[in-house]
Amino acid sequence: MSTKLIDIAVTVNGKSVERRVPPRMLLSDFLRHELHLTGTHVGCEHGVCGTCNVEVDGKTARSCLMFAVQAEGATVNTVESLGTIAKLHPLQQAFWEKHGLQCGFCTPGMLMTAKELLAANPNPTREEVAEAISGNLCRCTGYQTIIDAVMSAAEAMRNTEVTPS
Amino acid sequence: MNQRYIPDLKIPASRRREGPRENMRWIGKSMKRVEDPRLLTGKGKFIDDVVVPNMAHVALLRSPFAHARIKSIDISKAQALPGVIVVVTGKMMAETTGPTVSFSSPPVPQYAIAVDKVRHVGEAVAAVVAEDRYIAEDALDLIEVEYEELPVVSDIEQMPYAKGDAVLHPDRGDTNVAMDRTFTFGPVDADFARADLVVKRKLRWNRSGPQPLETAGAVAEYDEGTGKFTVHCNTSMYTYVGWLCAVSLGVPATQLNIVPTLAGGSFGSKLFLHRVIVLTASLARLAGRPVKYIEDRLDNMSNADAHGSDRVYEAELAMKRDGTMVSLRYQVIDDYGAYLQFGYGTHGNAFSQVVGPYRINSVEAHLIAVLSNKCQQGAYRGFGSEVANFVIERMADAAAKELDIDPIEIRRRNLIRPEEFPYVIPTGNVYDIGNYQAVLAEALRMFDMEGWRVKQAEARKEGRHIGLGLVTCQERSVFSSTEFWSLNPPDQPGFPLTSSPEAISLRIDPTGKAFVKLNAPFWGNSPETVVTQIVAEALTMEPSDVSVGYADTDAGFNGTGPGGSRYTVMVAGAVVAGARTLREKLFKFAAHMMECGTGDLELRSGNIGVKGVPDMEKSIAEVAAASHYFRLNFPDEPGFESGLETTAVYDHPLTTLPPADRSHLGIFYPIMGHMAHAVAVEVDADTGKVDILDYVAVHDAGTVVNPMTLAGHVRGGTAQGIGSALLEQFRYDEQGQLLTASFADYHIPTAHEVPKNIRVGHVETPSPYTEYGIKGGGEGGRMAAPPVLVQAIEDALKPFDVEIMEIPLTPNRIRQIIRQAQG
Repeated sequence: MSTKLIDIAVTVNGKSVERRVPPRMLLSDFLRHELHLTGTHVGCEHGVCGTCNVEVDGKTARSCLMFAVQAEGATVNTVESLGTIAKLHPLQQAFWEKHGLQCGFCTPGMLMTAKELLAANPNPTREEVAEAISGNLCRCTGYQTIIDAVMSAAEAMRNTEVTPS
Repeated sequence: MNQRYIPDLKIPASRRREGPRENMRWIGKSMKRVEDPRLLTGKGKFIDDVVVPNMAHVALLRSPFAHARIKSIDISKAQALPGVIVVVTGKMMAETTGPTVSFSSPPVPQYAIAVDKVRHVGEAVAAVVAEDRYIAEDALDLIEVEYEELPVVSDIEQMPYAKGDAVLHPDRGDTNVAMDRTFTFGPVDADFARADLVVKRKLRWNRSGPQPLETAGAVAEYDEGTGKFTVHCNTSMYTYVGWLCAVSLGVPATQLNIVPTLAGGSFGSKLFLHRVIVLTASLARLAGRPVKYIEDRLDNMSNADAHGSDRVYEAELAMKRDGTMVSLRYQVIDDYGAYLQFGYGTHGNAFSQVVGPYRINSVEAHLIAVLSNKCQQGAYRGFGSEVANFVIERMADAAAKELDIDPIEIRRRNLIRPEEFPYVIPTGNVYDIGNYQAVLAEALRMFDMEGWRVKQAEARKEGRHIGLGLVTCQERSVFSSTEFWSLNPPDQPGFPLTSSPEAISLRIDPTGKAFVKLNAPFWGNSPETVVTQIVAEALTMEPSDVSVGYADTDAGFNGTGPGGSRYTVMVAGAVVAGARTLREKLFKFAAHMMECGTGDLELRSGNIGVKGVPDMEKSIAEVAAASHYFRLNFPDEPGFESGLETTAVYDHPLTTLPPADRSHLGIFYPIMGHMAHAVAVEVDADTGKVDILDYVAVHDAGTVVNPMTLAGHVRGGTAQGIGSALLEQFRYDEQGQLLTASFADYHIPTAHEVPKNIRVGHVETPSPYTEYGIKGGGEGGRMAAPPVLVQAIEDALKPFDVEIMEIPLTPNRIRQIIRQAQG
């Protein structure tokens, strides 16, 4: 099956990327296999679990439900755009302190979803955090410590003038 | 008064070396996990992150039929598709690769790809190896298979009667009944004869499954030059059973190296993964290329060998009028699905705590294990004991109702008392120690049962349906493997006593840092954190001076791996053994350096010092450097060999063999945790929706190594128990079609279904048999949430006078129950 390849230009984690891809290549596969950004994980490939959530033009999207070609011209941010091990993002720091992860597989999607929430609502209630992450499945924690972590990060970020990018 | 029946067995003496201590510096602290930074930044290495040069990709063609003969397979069109490297059928693979391991006896053979017959929807029929996964999946559509459909076995209560073509494995006889055997532990008939009342109920536990967010997978390489396989896999027990994959591949164990990766959750489902390992290794050999196979979610749900228990019970509890539980008798049919990888292990497991925390004098179990056209069972958090907990707790509630005794009171009257430990239950298993009364009291205190009763009464006046529940359950930990064979037919050979060991290698380098290598992987637990804390404790080091890694099977040695809530206890034992060996050696060098006797020395804050002389000490780093580089300055005597390195093995702390007549099963799961869960729910009678208003979980897991991570297990397990109780079911129709094969149809709890504040309490009763008194605590939440939720929902629906003996209680099911009650 020979398919026409399509040129795309995407800004991923602040860097311009140009690639020639098959039209049916999923954004998740593009990020993981073409760009080797393996922080984005794939849990169900049918858009339910939220594990593969990334930020596309400021909003989270299921990267398993998007084709890479649909990201043409877009700005995409993945978990790799948050902090580094030496300098964790406040969300990452809070997930660490509040035990907001066990196996860590859903965590990148959770972090990206939480980032979107806090950008829109820097002072959420626990109920609002639960609502925001209700499209992200976690099988390990029971969510409570994830909510704790997001609440704690929100507070830290409110108290910090400059948010690490 | 009748004397209590105690099986005839001797409890071996404790082999513990380190008791629990006051003021431990690291054990007992909520230390942040050392695993987390790399997971948080997307730098964890999961199986799909493994890439090797020239790697090809695998997709599997799955059977659309539940039961059919494979008459022919035409792979020519698929093989011709550009980008396809090779298409492999079950028959082709069977030419070089044997069946995968079966722990049932006699075995139920299973192949990585079905050979002549498919036995459930989703079973693999052929594999495509292609340049990428997209092409591999394209090629699946081009494979033409001719099937001859066979009668489908899907109704659990009809399963025992299937004959002829409906029999899945005719080589084992003309029946799908894999086992039909009655086990009698103690004077059951006499106990029933002296009962005032026999409470009888039918109970149904439907099948759910672990569903970790990461599916199973492997990357396999075959080096034709050396004939050696290297398989990266997110498996758990690779050092224990990895060699059995080599047997399937027809090579010596030395020709298969299994390299563990991080696992994105398992909950039992990744225990062995022998079929994924054998599949990819065999395909790599056939394709002449390294291959990667990662299950997609449909693969995982329909064919990961990891569905949970699926049982119908007819149970009887013999009671005295005063609420004393006397004897338990039950028949259970368990639908194991199409194969029987772990034998009857889930029922062996259930026997470890079948009487719950109660002083029940005798037990009789009629076990009927049947095979059917469904995905086979595997391990899921609880491994069968979660169902036994559900049964005994529901029976206790039924007895309370019939005797008009408060459900909490009936439990209190029957709890084993603190002075009775170690307590031998009728099946022969021992409960090492506990204080069940203290756990109950703490749960009642934290939950404020009296306060909730007031709120419940007020709500009832408003027509709202609030229900309260409280259960007291066991959580066995530290399995010794006996459960996997003790229920086998009498003519099948058993095993000698299994040590089910766990080992580490421990090295202190010349700079004084500790390197630990584990023989078990990360599967979502906290092995690196736990080991770091225990090494730091045992050697008085700083956690930042401890580094933890994972051995592959080439480098590995005795290990069993996580499972059965064993790992923390077992690896702690290995760390204690290794730390003692290195301490002895450090003392030898240090004594020579400071011209004193080894008996004068102690470890203190990373130094080896002379007791009572604060100034006289050498740091571990100084002594380590001396032992590594300057050994020739020391006596030419044994004990002064260069370097500080040891391997240390810890064998199961307390286990005995079952007698041949199986009048009991020996001690096989003795490190007994306990818990009380209390819940308040509100049921919307119009929609059937259940809201959890409050949830308290008090656990006794002995000495707690890390309260934060233990609480994580309690909450996470509880969330899974909520799923099993309220939402999750693998539903098959009469044709054996799996109706819930995606996360859209199989509902695992979201942040809305799990309470936002599960309040966790701990009572610590250290085990006399394990190092530091640690008990396992990995499964607990799921072993108590189902019975407590059902009890509370039943209580909420009291105005409708309903009794509920089946899970899951989906909104639809609750509406059915209410409608039926209303006539």
